[in-house]
Amino acid sequence: MGKINVNDKEIVVPGELLAIGMDNFPGNGTYREGENIVASRLGLVQIDGRTIKLIPLSGRYIPKKYDIIICEVTDVTVNGWRLETNSPYQAMLSMKEATSEFIERGADLTQFYDLGEHIVCKIVNVTSQKLVDVTMKGPGLRKLKGGRIIGVASNKVPRIIGKQGSMVSMIKDTTGCNLTVGQNGLVYIDGPLEGELLAIMAIRKIEEESHLSGLTDKIKGFLEKNAKVKSVQKHETKPKEISKPQQEGL
Amino acid sequence: MVYKERLNGRKFDETRKIEAKVGIIPRADGSAMFSIGNTVAYAAVYGPRNLHPKFLQDPSKGILRCNYNMMPFSSFGERVRPGGSRRSKEISLVTEKALLPVLDLNEYPNSVVDVFIEFPQTEAGSRCAGISAAAMALADAGLVMKDLIAAVSVGKVDDKLVVDLDYSEESYEDGPVADIPVAMMPNHDKITLLQMDGLISRDELKKVIEMAKKVCKEIYTIQNKALKEKYTNGAKTLGEKHV
Repeated sequence: MGKINVNDKEIVVPGELLAIGMDNFPGNGTYREGENIVASRLGLVQIDGRTIKLIPLSGRYIPKKYDIIICEVTDVTVNGWRLETNSPYQAMLSMKEATSEFIERGADLTQFYDLGEHIVCKIVNVTSQKLVDVTMKGPGLRKLKGGRIIGVASNKVPRIIGKQGSMVSMIKDTTGCNLTVGQNGLVYIDGPLEGELLAIMAIRKIEEESHLSGLTDKIKGFLEKNAKVKSVQKHETKPKEISKPQQEGL
Repeated sequence: MVYKERLNGRKFDETRKIEAKVGIIPRADGSAMFSIGNTVAYAAVYGPRNLHPKFLQDPSKGILRCNYNMMPFSSFGERVRPGGSRRSKEISLVTEKALLPVLDLNEYPNSVVDVFIEFPQTEAGSRCAGISAAAMALADAGLVMKDLIAAVSVGKVDDKLVVDLDYSEESYEDGPVADIPVAMMPNHDKITLLQMDGLISRDELKKVIEMAKKVCKEIYTIQNKALKEKYTNGAKTLGEKHV
Protein backbone atom coordinates (compact mmCIF):
# COMPACT_ATOMS: atom_id res chain seq x y z
CA MET A 1 0.00 0.00 0.00
CA GLY A 2 1.38 3.39 -0.96
CA LYS A 3 2.05 6.13 1.50
CA ILE A 4 1.54 9.86 1.04
CA ASN A 5 4.17 11.89 2.85
CA VAL A 6 2.55 15.31 2.66
CA ASN A 7 -0.72 16.95 3.59
CA ASP A 8 -3.15 18.67 1.28
CA LYS A 9 -2.30 22.39 0.83
CA GLU A 10 1.21 21.97 2.19
CA ILE A 11 4.00 23.96 0.54
CA VAL A 12 6.76 21.82 -0.91
CA VAL A 13 10.10 22.61 -2.56
CA PRO A 14 11.82 20.90 -5.51
CA GLY A 15 13.19 17.47 -4.67
CA GLU A 16 10.83 16.86 -1.78
CA LEU A 17 9.43 13.35 -1.49
CA LEU A 18 5.65 13.47 -1.83
CA ALA A 19 4.59 9.83 -1.85
CA ILE A 20 5.93 6.31 -1.94
CA GLY A 21 4.42 3.47 -3.91
CA MET A 22 2.73 2.90 -7.23
CA ASP A 23 -0.81 3.48 -5.91
CA ASN A 24 -0.59 7.22 -6.45
CA PHE A 25 -0.07 9.12 -9.68
CA PRO A 26 2.23 12.06 -10.34
CA GLY A 27 0.30 15.12 -11.53
CA ASN A 28 1.43 18.59 -12.61
CA GLY A 29 4.67 19.78 -11.02
CA THR A 30 5.71 16.31 -9.86
CA TYR A 31 7.59 13.38 -11.32
CA ARG A 32 8.03 9.71 -10.59
CA GLU A 33 11.38 8.32 -9.66
CA GLY A 34 11.41 4.59 -9.09
CA GLU A 35 8.53 4.07 -6.71
CA ASN A 36 8.54 7.62 -5.39
CA ILE A 37 6.67 10.73 -6.40
CA VAL A 38 8.85 13.81 -6.07
CA ALA A 39 8.12 17.55 -6.35
CA SER A 40 9.69 19.20 -9.38
CA ARG A 41 8.88 22.77 -8.46
CA LEU A 42 7.89 24.98 -5.59
CA GLY A 43 4.15 24.71 -5.04
CA LEU A 44 1.08 23.92 -3.01
CA VAL A 45 0.16 20.25 -2.75
CA GLN A 46 -3.24 19.26 -4.03
CA ILE A 47 -4.30 15.68 -3.51
CA ASP A 48 -6.95 14.86 -6.04
CA GLY A 49 -8.08 11.28 -5.47
CA ARG A 50 -4.98 9.26 -6.20
CA THR A 51 -3.26 12.01 -8.14
CA ILE A 52 -0.84 14.32 -6.40
CA LYS A 53 -0.27 17.64 -8.11
CA LEU A 54 1.28 20.98 -7.31
CA ILE A 55 -0.25 24.41 -7.77
CA PRO A 56 2.54 26.81 -8.72
CA LEU A 57 3.05 29.79 -6.40
CA SER A 58 5.43 31.75 -8.58
CA GLY A 59 6.78 31.94 -12.09
CA ARG A 60 6.50 33.91 -15.28
CA TYR A 61 3.48 33.72 -17.55
CA ILE A 62 3.88 31.29 -20.47
CA PRO A 63 1.44 31.79 -23.37
CA LYS A 64 -1.32 29.18 -23.62
CA LYS A 65 -3.91 28.60 -26.30
CA TYR A 66 -7.30 30.34 -25.76
CA ASP A 67 -5.95 32.65 -23.05
CA ILE A 68 -7.21 36.21 -23.17
CA ILE A 69 -4.29 38.55 -22.60
CA ILE A 70 -3.48 42.25 -22.60
CA CYS A 71 -0.64 43.21 -24.92
CA GLU A 72 1.28 46.25 -26.00
CA VAL A 73 1.94 46.91 -29.67
CA THR A 74 5.73 47.02 -30.08
CA ASP A 75 6.14 46.84 -33.84
CA VAL A 76 4.14 47.18 -37.02
CA THR A 77 5.15 44.75 -39.77
CA VAL A 78 4.10 44.20 -43.40
CA ASN A 79 1.20 41.96 -42.51
CA GLY A 80 0.35 42.72 -38.95
CA TRP A 81 1.51 43.77 -35.51
CA ARG A 82 4.08 42.42 -33.09
CA LEU A 83 2.96 42.44 -29.47
CA GLU A 84 4.66 42.37 -26.10
CA THR A 85 2.90 39.76 -23.95
CA ASN A 86 4.51 40.05 -20.49
CA SER A 87 6.10 36.64 -21.09
CA PRO A 88 9.39 35.46 -22.63
CA TYR A 89 7.71 35.38 -26.03
CA GLN A 90 6.19 37.95 -28.35
CA ALA A 91 2.90 37.50 -30.14
CA MET A 92 1.86 38.25 -33.72
CA LEU A 93 -1.47 39.76 -34.68
CA SER A 94 -2.01 39.28 -38.39
CA MET A 95 -4.09 41.65 -40.49
CA LYS A 96 -6.63 38.94 -41.14
CA GLU A 97 -7.22 38.37 -37.43
CA ALA A 98 -7.27 42.07 -36.58
CA THR A 99 -10.36 43.29 -38.34
CA SER A 100 -13.06 42.23 -40.76
CA GLU A 101 -12.66 45.55 -42.56
CA PHE A 102 -11.02 45.60 -45.96
CA ILE A 103 -7.46 46.85 -45.70
CA GLU A 104 -5.95 48.14 -48.89
CA ARG A 105 -2.52 46.95 -49.98
CA GLY A 106 0.13 49.23 -48.56
CA ALA A 107 -2.28 50.87 -46.12
CA ASP A 108 -0.87 52.46 -43.00
CA LEU A 109 -1.49 49.86 -40.31
CA THR A 110 -0.87 52.29 -37.47
CA GLN A 111 -4.35 53.73 -38.01
CA PHE A 112 -5.71 50.51 -36.52
CA TYR A 113 -3.20 49.83 -33.79
CA ASP A 114 -0.33 52.22 -33.24
CA LEU A 115 2.96 51.61 -31.43
CA GLY A 116 2.57 51.71 -27.66
CA GLU A 117 -1.16 51.07 -27.69
CA HIS A 118 -2.62 48.27 -25.61
CA ILE A 119 -5.09 45.69 -26.80
CA VAL A 120 -7.09 42.84 -25.32
CA CYS A 121 -6.67 39.79 -27.53
CA LYS A 122 -7.05 36.04 -27.51
CA ILE A 123 -4.33 33.49 -28.23
CA VAL A 124 -5.36 31.24 -31.11
CA ASN A 125 -2.21 29.20 -31.47
CA VAL A 126 1.08 28.51 -29.72
CA THR A 127 3.66 26.42 -31.56
CA SER A 128 6.30 24.17 -30.00
CA GLN A 129 8.77 26.99 -30.52
CA LYS A 130 6.40 29.33 -28.71
CA LEU A 131 5.42 31.39 -31.70
CA VAL A 132 2.20 33.00 -30.54
CA ASP A 133 -0.68 34.03 -32.79
CA VAL A 134 -3.51 36.15 -31.45
CA THR A 135 -6.87 37.33 -32.72
CA MET A 136 -9.06 40.36 -32.13
CA LYS A 137 -12.20 38.53 -33.19
CA GLY A 138 -14.32 37.65 -30.19
CA PRO A 139 -16.44 39.21 -27.48
CA GLY A 140 -14.63 41.78 -25.35
CA LEU A 141 -11.51 41.89 -27.52
CA ARG A 142 -10.68 45.51 -28.20
CA LYS A 143 -8.22 48.35 -28.13
CA LEU A 144 -7.80 49.97 -24.71
CA LYS A 145 -8.31 53.70 -24.39
CA GLY A 146 -7.82 55.72 -21.20
CA GLY A 147 -7.59 54.02 -17.82
CA ARG A 148 -4.49 52.40 -16.47
CA ILE A 149 -2.73 49.06 -16.58
CA ILE A 150 -1.07 47.35 -13.63
CA GLY A 151 0.99 44.19 -13.51
CA VAL A 152 0.27 41.34 -11.09
CA ALA A 153 1.82 37.92 -10.62
CA SER A 154 0.23 35.75 -13.30
CA ASN A 155 -0.40 32.87 -10.87
CA LYS A 156 -2.61 35.19 -8.83
CA VAL A 157 -4.91 35.93 -11.77
CA PRO A 158 -7.46 33.20 -10.90
CA ARG A 159 -7.79 34.67 -7.41
CA ILE A 160 -8.36 38.17 -8.78
CA ILE A 161 -11.08 36.86 -11.06
CA GLY A 162 -12.63 34.69 -8.33
CA LYS A 163 -15.14 31.88 -8.71
CA GLN A 164 -17.08 32.61 -11.88
CA GLY A 165 -15.78 36.14 -11.83
CA SER A 166 -17.21 36.92 -8.39
CA MET A 167 -14.18 38.89 -7.20
CA VAL A 168 -13.89 40.98 -10.34
CA SER A 169 -17.57 41.87 -10.40
CA MET A 170 -17.41 42.82 -6.75
CA ILE A 171 -14.55 45.23 -7.43
CA LYS A 172 -16.36 46.57 -10.47
CA ASP A 173 -19.56 47.21 -8.51
CA THR A 174 -17.98 48.92 -5.52
CA THR A 175 -15.46 51.05 -7.38
CA GLY A 176 -17.51 51.88 -10.45
CA CYS A 177 -14.57 50.87 -12.62
CA ASN A 178 -14.36 48.83 -15.74
CA LEU A 179 -11.92 45.95 -15.15
CA THR A 180 -10.27 43.61 -17.62
CA VAL A 181 -7.94 40.93 -16.29
CA GLY A 182 -5.50 39.40 -18.76
CA GLN A 183 -4.26 35.87 -18.10
CA ASN A 184 -0.74 37.22 -18.58
CA GLY A 185 -0.97 39.21 -15.36
CA LEU A 186 -1.86 42.62 -16.77
CA VAL A 187 -5.00 44.24 -15.39
CA TYR A 188 -6.74 47.14 -17.12
CA ILE A 189 -8.67 49.51 -14.88
CA ASP A 190 -10.79 52.39 -16.13
CA GLY A 191 -13.15 54.56 -14.14
CA PRO A 192 -13.27 57.52 -11.76
CA LEU A 193 -9.91 58.33 -10.19
CA GLU A 194 -10.78 57.28 -6.62
CA GLY A 195 -12.34 54.12 -7.96
CA GLU A 196 -9.22 53.25 -9.91
CA LEU A 197 -7.00 53.77 -6.90
CA LEU A 198 -9.30 51.73 -4.68
CA ALA A 199 -9.40 48.94 -7.25
CA ILE A 200 -5.60 48.89 -7.38
CA MET A 201 -5.41 48.72 -3.60
CA ALA A 202 -7.91 45.85 -3.57
CA ILE A 203 -5.96 43.94 -6.22
CA ARG A 204 -2.70 44.39 -4.31
CA LYS A 205 -4.46 43.10 -1.20
CA ILE A 206 -5.70 40.04 -3.08
CA GLU A 207 -2.16 39.39 -4.30
CA GLU A 208 -0.76 39.55 -0.80
CA GLU A 209 -3.44 37.52 0.92
CA SER A 210 -4.48 35.11 -1.79
CA HIS A 211 -3.27 32.12 0.19
CA LEU A 212 -5.55 32.84 3.16
CA SER A 213 -9.08 31.51 3.47
CA GLY A 214 -12.08 33.81 3.47
CA LEU A 215 -10.46 36.09 0.92
CA THR A 216 -13.70 37.23 -0.71
CA ASP A 217 -15.19 38.38 2.61
CA LYS A 218 -12.02 40.18 3.52
CA ILE A 219 -11.87 42.06 0.24
CA LYS A 220 -15.58 42.81 0.49
CA GLY A 221 -15.06 44.38 3.91
CA PHE A 222 -12.04 46.29 2.66
CA LEU A 223 -13.90 47.67 -0.35
CA GLU A 224 -17.01 48.64 1.61
CA LYS A 225 -14.97 50.40 4.27
CA ASN A 226 -13.06 52.42 1.73
CA ALA A 227 -15.89 52.96 -0.73
CA LYS A 228 -17.75 55.04 1.86
CA VAL A 229 -14.90 57.50 2.03
CA LYS A 230 -14.88 57.57 -1.71
CA SER A 231 -18.58 58.30 -2.20
CA VAL A 232 -18.25 61.52 -0.17
CA GLN A 233 -15.55 62.80 -2.48
CA LYS A 234 -17.19 61.50 -5.59
CA HIS A 235 -18.97 64.72 -6.53
CA GLU A 236 -15.78 66.69 -6.66
CA THR A 237 -14.10 64.61 -9.32
CA LYS A 238 -13.69 66.11 -12.74
CA PRO A 239 -14.16 64.07 -15.88
CA LYS A 240 -10.86 62.59 -16.98
CA GLU A 241 -9.13 63.18 -20.25
CA ILE A 242 -9.05 60.15 -22.44
CA SER A 243 -5.53 59.16 -23.33
CA LYS A 244 -3.34 56.11 -23.62
CA PRO A 245 -3.52 53.82 -20.59
CA GLN A 246 -0.98 54.77 -17.97
CA GLN A 247 1.36 52.03 -16.96
CA GLU A 248 2.38 51.94 -13.40
CA GLY A 249 4.69 50.13 -11.08
CA LEU A 250 6.80 48.87 -13.95
CA MET B 1 52.96 20.06 12.76
CA VAL B 2 49.47 19.33 13.93
CA TYR B 3 46.38 21.45 13.35
CA LYS B 4 44.77 21.23 16.77
CA GLU B 5 41.98 23.70 16.99
CA ARG B 6 39.89 25.80 14.63
CA LEU B 7 39.23 29.46 15.02
CA ASN B 8 36.41 30.28 17.45
CA GLY B 9 36.27 26.68 18.63
CA ARG B 10 34.46 25.11 15.70
CA LYS B 11 34.51 21.33 15.44
CA PHE B 12 36.28 19.93 12.37
CA ASP B 13 33.01 18.79 10.84
CA GLU B 14 31.07 21.90 11.78
CA THR B 15 30.19 24.75 9.42
CA ARG B 16 30.20 28.40 10.24
CA LYS B 17 26.84 29.98 11.05
CA ILE B 18 24.43 29.62 8.14
CA GLU B 19 21.51 31.91 7.37
CA ALA B 20 19.15 31.80 4.43
CA LYS B 21 16.33 34.03 3.27
CA VAL B 22 14.14 33.93 0.18
CA GLY B 23 12.38 36.71 -1.72
CA ILE B 24 14.64 39.57 -0.74
CA ILE B 25 14.62 41.32 -4.14
CA PRO B 26 11.00 42.10 -5.02
CA ARG B 27 11.66 43.17 -8.61
CA ALA B 28 13.34 39.86 -9.48
CA ASP B 29 11.36 36.78 -10.49
CA GLY B 30 13.15 34.88 -7.76
CA SER B 31 15.74 35.86 -5.20
CA ALA B 32 17.56 34.56 -2.16
CA MET B 33 20.28 35.34 0.35
CA PHE B 34 22.64 32.73 1.71
CA SER B 35 25.31 33.49 4.25
CA ILE B 36 27.88 31.23 5.80
CA GLY B 37 30.10 32.88 8.37
CA ASN B 38 31.34 36.15 6.90
CA THR B 39 30.52 35.16 3.33
CA VAL B 40 27.24 36.62 2.13
CA ALA B 41 25.70 35.81 -1.25
CA TYR B 42 22.68 37.42 -2.86
CA ALA B 43 21.16 35.73 -5.89
CA ALA B 44 18.55 37.20 -8.22
CA VAL B 45 16.85 35.25 -11.00
CA TYR B 46 15.24 36.94 -13.98
CA GLY B 47 13.34 34.92 -16.50
CA PRO B 48 12.66 32.92 -18.48
CA ARG B 49 12.86 35.98 -20.66
CA ASN B 50 13.50 37.02 -24.21
CA LEU B 51 17.09 36.37 -25.27
CA HIS B 52 19.14 38.77 -27.38
CA PRO B 53 21.41 38.70 -29.35
CA LYS B 54 19.48 36.17 -31.33
CA PHE B 55 22.41 33.89 -32.22
CA LEU B 56 22.64 32.89 -28.58
CA GLN B 57 19.13 31.42 -28.67
CA ASP B 58 18.71 27.66 -28.55
CA PRO B 59 15.53 26.52 -30.31
CA SER B 60 15.47 23.20 -28.43
CA LYS B 61 15.57 24.58 -24.89
CA GLY B 62 16.09 27.64 -22.75
CA ILE B 63 19.57 28.55 -21.61
CA LEU B 64 20.95 29.44 -18.21
CA ARG B 65 23.31 32.36 -17.70
CA CYS B 66 25.06 32.87 -14.38
CA ASN B 67 27.01 35.87 -13.28
CA TYR B 68 29.26 35.70 -10.22
CA ASN B 69 30.42 39.02 -8.90
CA MET B 70 32.31 40.03 -5.81
CA MET B 71 31.57 43.63 -4.93
CA PRO B 72 34.65 45.88 -4.89
CA PHE B 73 34.51 46.34 -1.13
CA SER B 74 33.71 42.70 -0.33
CA SER B 75 37.16 41.40 0.46
CA PHE B 76 40.81 42.32 0.58
CA GLY B 77 43.83 41.70 -1.61
CA GLU B 78 43.86 41.14 -5.37
CA ARG B 79 40.23 40.15 -5.75
CA VAL B 80 38.73 43.47 -4.82
CA ARG B 81 39.13 45.14 -8.20
CA PRO B 82 35.69 46.01 -9.53
CA GLY B 83 34.25 44.34 -12.62
CA GLY B 84 34.73 40.92 -14.13
CA SER B 85 37.97 38.99 -14.05
CA ARG B 86 39.30 35.67 -15.27
CA ARG B 87 38.46 34.23 -11.87
CA SER B 88 34.86 35.50 -11.80
CA LYS B 89 34.29 34.29 -15.35
CA GLU B 90 35.42 30.80 -14.44
CA ILE B 91 33.28 30.69 -11.33
CA SER B 92 30.27 31.91 -13.30
CA LEU B 93 30.82 29.00 -15.64
CA VAL B 94 31.17 26.34 -12.95
CA THR B 95 28.12 27.74 -11.15
CA GLU B 96 26.14 27.36 -14.34
CA LYS B 97 27.37 23.80 -14.79
CA ALA B 98 26.56 23.00 -11.17
CA LEU B 99 22.97 24.24 -11.46
CA LEU B 100 22.03 22.98 -14.92
CA PRO B 101 21.67 19.26 -14.05
CA VAL B 102 18.60 19.95 -11.89
CA LEU B 103 16.93 22.49 -14.16
CA ASP B 104 14.45 21.60 -16.86
CA LEU B 105 14.35 24.42 -19.40
CA ASN B 106 12.80 22.41 -22.24
CA GLU B 107 9.55 24.31 -21.85
CA TYR B 108 11.20 27.62 -22.69
CA PRO B 109 12.87 27.40 -26.11
CA ASN B 110 14.80 30.46 -27.35
CA SER B 111 14.68 32.11 -23.96
CA VAL B 112 17.13 32.69 -21.14
CA VAL B 113 17.15 32.44 -17.37
CA ASP B 114 19.57 34.94 -15.90
CA VAL B 115 21.10 34.41 -12.47
CA PHE B 116 23.02 37.23 -10.87
CA ILE B 117 25.01 36.37 -7.77
CA GLU B 118 26.48 39.28 -5.84
CA PHE B 119 28.73 39.20 -2.81
CA PRO B 120 28.71 42.22 -0.53
CA GLN B 121 31.11 40.43 1.82
CA THR B 122 33.33 37.37 1.39
CA GLU B 123 35.61 35.23 3.43
CA ALA B 124 36.23 31.88 1.70
CA GLY B 125 33.62 29.51 0.31
CA SER B 126 32.00 32.13 -1.89
CA ARG B 127 31.27 29.92 -4.91
CA CYS B 128 29.50 27.41 -2.66
CA ALA B 129 27.46 30.12 -0.96
CA GLY B 130 26.62 31.52 -4.38
CA ILE B 131 25.41 28.17 -5.68
CA SER B 132 23.30 27.53 -2.58
CA ALA B 133 21.72 30.98 -2.92
CA ALA B 134 21.13 30.59 -6.66
CA ALA B 135 19.38 27.24 -6.18
CA MET B 136 16.91 28.80 -3.77
CA ALA B 137 16.37 31.78 -6.07
CA LEU B 138 15.65 29.46 -9.02
CA ALA B 139 13.08 27.55 -6.97
CA ASP B 140 11.56 30.87 -5.88
CA ALA B 141 11.29 31.87 -9.54
CA GLY B 142 9.00 28.86 -10.06
CA LEU B 143 11.26 27.00 -12.44
CA VAL B 144 10.99 23.25 -12.95
CA MET B 145 13.79 21.57 -11.00
CA LYS B 146 14.19 17.96 -10.03
CA ASP B 147 16.03 18.87 -6.84
CA LEU B 148 17.70 21.79 -5.11
CA ILE B 149 21.47 22.20 -5.05
CA ALA B 150 23.39 22.61 -1.82
CA ALA B 151 27.09 23.37 -1.80
CA VAL B 152 29.88 23.52 0.73
CA SER B 153 33.64 23.51 0.67
CA VAL B 154 35.51 20.73 2.44
CA GLY B 155 39.18 19.91 2.58
CA LYS B 156 42.25 19.16 4.55
CA VAL B 157 44.22 21.48 6.77
CA ASP B 158 47.55 20.00 7.83
CA ASP B 159 46.52 16.53 9.04
CA LYS B 160 42.83 17.24 9.71
CA LEU B 161 39.87 16.78 7.40
CA VAL B 162 37.62 19.80 7.76
CA VAL B 163 34.30 21.17 6.57
CA ASP B 164 33.72 24.75 5.42
CA LEU B 165 37.22 26.24 5.42
CA ASP B 166 37.56 29.86 6.43
CA TYR B 167 40.22 32.24 5.19
CA SER B 168 42.76 31.41 7.90
CA GLU B 169 42.51 27.73 6.96
CA GLU B 170 42.67 28.33 3.22
CA SER B 171 45.89 30.23 3.71
CA TYR B 172 47.34 27.97 6.43
CA GLU B 173 51.09 27.96 6.00
CA ASP B 174 52.45 25.35 8.41
CA GLY B 175 51.29 22.33 6.47
CA PRO B 176 49.50 21.03 3.36
CA VAL B 177 46.02 22.40 2.58
CA ALA B 178 43.35 21.06 0.23
CA ASP B 179 40.26 23.13 -0.56
CA ILE B 180 37.49 21.19 -2.29
CA PRO B 181 34.22 22.93 -3.17
CA VAL B 182 31.41 20.38 -3.56
CA ALA B 183 27.89 21.01 -4.85
CA MET B 184 25.29 18.29 -4.82
CA MET B 185 21.67 17.31 -5.20
CA PRO B 186 20.83 16.50 -1.59
CA ASN B 187 17.94 14.16 -2.37
CA HIS B 188 19.74 12.25 -5.08
CA ASP B 189 23.23 12.09 -3.60
CA LYS B 190 24.68 13.26 -6.89
CA ILE B 191 27.59 15.63 -7.20
CA THR B 192 27.33 18.54 -9.66
CA LEU B 193 30.49 20.44 -8.76
CA LEU B 194 33.80 19.07 -7.58
CA GLN B 195 36.93 21.18 -7.74
CA MET B 196 40.15 21.03 -5.83
CA ASP B 197 42.97 23.30 -4.89
CA GLY B 198 45.87 21.59 -3.06
CA LEU B 199 46.82 18.03 -2.32
CA ILE B 200 44.91 15.16 -0.73
CA SER B 201 45.17 11.38 -0.82
CA ARG B 202 42.54 9.22 -2.48
CA ASP B 203 41.22 7.75 0.77
CA GLU B 204 41.02 11.13 2.39
CA LEU B 205 39.16 12.53 -0.60
CA LYS B 206 36.56 9.80 -0.25
CA LYS B 207 36.18 10.53 3.44
CA VAL B 208 35.92 14.25 2.92
CA ILE B 209 33.24 13.86 0.26
CA GLU B 210 31.18 11.81 2.68
CA MET B 211 31.51 14.70 5.11
CA ALA B 212 30.35 17.10 2.38
CA LYS B 213 27.29 14.93 1.69
CA LYS B 214 26.26 15.13 5.30
CA VAL B 215 26.67 18.90 5.42
CA CYS B 216 24.84 19.41 2.11
CA LYS B 217 21.84 17.66 3.61
CA GLU B 218 21.94 20.06 6.53
CA ILE B 219 22.14 22.98 4.12
CA TYR B 220 19.18 21.56 2.22
CA THR B 221 17.04 21.64 5.37
CA ILE B 222 17.96 25.28 5.84
CA GLN B 223 17.14 26.09 2.20
CA ASN B 224 13.91 24.16 2.45
CA LYS B 225 12.87 26.06 5.57
CA ALA B 226 13.73 29.44 4.04
CA LEU B 227 11.69 28.74 0.91
CA LYS B 228 8.65 27.62 2.89
CA GLU B 229 8.93 30.59 5.20
CA LYS B 230 8.48 33.04 2.37
CA TYR B 231 5.32 31.42 1.11
CA THR B 232 3.67 30.67 4.44
CA ASN B 233 4.05 34.23 5.67
CA GLY B 234 2.10 35.52 2.71
CA ALA B 235 4.29 36.20 -0.25
CA LYS B 236 4.66 39.94 -0.59
CA THR B 237 4.99 39.95 -4.32
CA LEU B 238 5.07 43.51 -5.51
CA GLY B 239 2.94 44.09 -8.54
CA GLU B 240 5.80 45.28 -10.76
CA LYS B 241 7.04 42.80 -13.35
CA HIS B 242 8.73 43.57 -16.58
CA VAL B 243 6.07 44.81 -18.92
